[in-house]
Amino acid sequence: MSSHLLVRSLDRGAAIFLVVVAAAALLVPVFNLVVPPTASLHLPTYVVALFGKYVCYAILALSIDLIWGYCGILSLGHGAFFALGGYAMGMYLMRQIGTRGVYANPILPDFMVFLNWKELPVYWYGFQHFPYAALMVVLAPGVLAFVFGWFAFRSRVTGVYLSIITQAMTYALMLGFFRNNFGFGGNNGLTDFKDFLGFNVQAETTRNVLFSLSCVALMLGFLVCRGIVASKLGKVLIAIRDAEARTRFLGYRVESYKLFVFTLSACMAGIAGALYVPQVGIINPSEFAPGNSIEAVIWVAVGGRGTLTGAALGAVLVNYAKTYFTSGALAPYWLFMLGSLFIGVTLFLPRGVVGTLHHWTALRRVKLSAAAEDGVAAALPAE
Amino acid sequence: MEPFEGTLLYLEGVTVSFDGFRALNNLSFAIKPGEMRAIIGPNGAGKTTMMDVITGKTRPDAGAVIFNGRYSLLRRDETEIAEMGIGRKFQKPTVFDSHSVFDNLALAVKADRRARKTLWRRETPAEHGRIDEILKTIRLTAVQNRLAGSLSHGQKQWLEIGMLLAQDPKLLLVDEPVAGMTDAETGQTAELLKEINREHTIVVVEHDMTFVRDLGVPVMCLHEGSVLAEGTIDQVSQNERVVEVYLGR
Repeated sequence: MSSHLLVRSLDRGAAIFLVVVAAAALLVPVFNLVVPPTASLHLPTYVVALFGKYVCYAILALSIDLIWGYCGILSLGHGAFFALGGYAMGMYLMRQIGTRGVYANPILPDFMVFLNWKELPVYWYGFQHFPYAALMVVLAPGVLAFVFGWFAFRSRVTGVYLSIITQAMTYALMLGFFRNNFGFGGNNGLTDFKDFLGFNVQAETTRNVLFSLSCVALMLGFLVCRGIVASKLGKVLIAIRDAEARTRFLGYRVESYKLFVFTLSACMAGIAGALYVPQVGIINPSEFAPGNSIEAVIWVAVGGRGTLTGAALGAVLVNYAKTYFTSGALAPYWLFMLGSLFIGVTLFLPRGVVGTLHHWTALRRVKLSAAAEDGVAAALPAE
Repeated sequence: MEPFEGTLLYLEGVTVSFDGFRALNNLSFAIKPGEMRAIIGPNGAGKTTMMDVITGKTRPDAGAVIFNGRYSLLRRDETEIAEMGIGRKFQKPTVFDSHSVFDNLALAVKADRRARKTLWRRETPAEHGRIDEILKTIRLTAVQNRLAGSLSHGQKQWLEIGMLLAQDPKLLLVDEPVAGMTDAETGQTAELLKEINREHTIVVVEHDMTFVRDLGVPVMCLHEGSVLAEGTIDQVSQNERVVEVYLGR
């Protein structure tokens, strides 16, 4: 059944997407590790880390597109789930430092020693074990999304009101994580990581492996999303997006559908955050900043909501532009560019890049079939 | 014997106020299984509010709504009521624009509606056959693969009636099915409803008197939230008070 679902959901665009991501997963490490540094094709290690960051953003964008593009839930707080996954991973990485920290405390991370804490808080227990941390990467954002969604969807909070409370949620979390007594390193966050599963996070090979892993996660996330949107459940999601009341009067329990997809999306965002942290080497409360979540929505809008591939493409394109423009003379103007990009896309390219391409092919197909019908009519003898 | 025994839908003393305005005022009536009833009334008579109360969208301030001779509908939400077998067609045709005509019907076909069941579900051959049958009944077989958003207004109305049929409800509530239709389409819709009535109970709300006459069913006129007159279309349209509320004093 599941393989059936997979085959059904693969069209040409999806196949191209998977091939490109798989190629990146293989070729980027080759160009970094195998091609000698003197060759023009050599990729410096910092670029690998940069690409890895883009791929994590692409997973986040995918998770947003699943709920926004297919179910009409505009979350402006998805950065919170991303950051929670990131913190869960960061806590694991902190516990791996052990005695190599500045204060050489085998149990307590540096910031706790600095704050004069004597014992590890209970919620830090177990994070030295990778499987537990990996579980928390999915569970922390998942449970928050489930509880949040349960209240919001059951009370039928929709549209702009939902967007506003998601913003409030991420903002509240940001304020919380900024506090030292919250126990997550305050405004410095978690950093100075040493090992990931016993491998040095700074090492070139580890960085390449993390990059390839992120690509694999992106492909898996994409396949899960495709499977869902191509299923009957996916059709119900689109029905909810287009006419929520109608769906309810057909006998569908709209809130459980929303809750399912919202929770799943939050778990995906958490995984993206977890892969992001070892690659950038830090997680701090600014990841919860409302602006981050809004930016992620812009990526999806630029690439094309409701296309999945577009969301991933949008994330990479916009972030590449961000890297490019913020490292040159235009740096002070980046936010203006981002703002005008969003306005421009909304006004002139409402379907986004990939959405517009889809639209063109669909139009051409209609024209072709119309032309074919005309041809048949012309070939028929007149009565 | 209780008064609601043997009825499919029974309303007694239903009152709904919005900020002091009484949309429904002590409304009572009963529908027997197999019946088709037309409800007319000027704007603001409470027709749509009545449908909202029956389908669980609006909670009344007072009164009883009993379905199928024993189940109170007052404590249930839209989903539960739809599951119990009440289908509703909206005044403005509401179909899923970005789904094909076929998929619109497939979503409406009676099946397990729970999220975890729909994830792995595909149409069974029996359901497929049922959808084909409905497509024929609503005359949309030729356009079944087109997006519902690209249909004409009249076709959308039919598609929505088809979706009701696919739900296979015990009771169909049909709100202004011929609004915005051509005369020919109106005639066809009357035929369609009569055909559906052979197996389903129908309550139809309509402004169009020609259409109500075409249906040839008992008529009930609402005014200011309660029943003003009942009878055949001729009896009701000759009722002095009905003429008065329609023409204004």
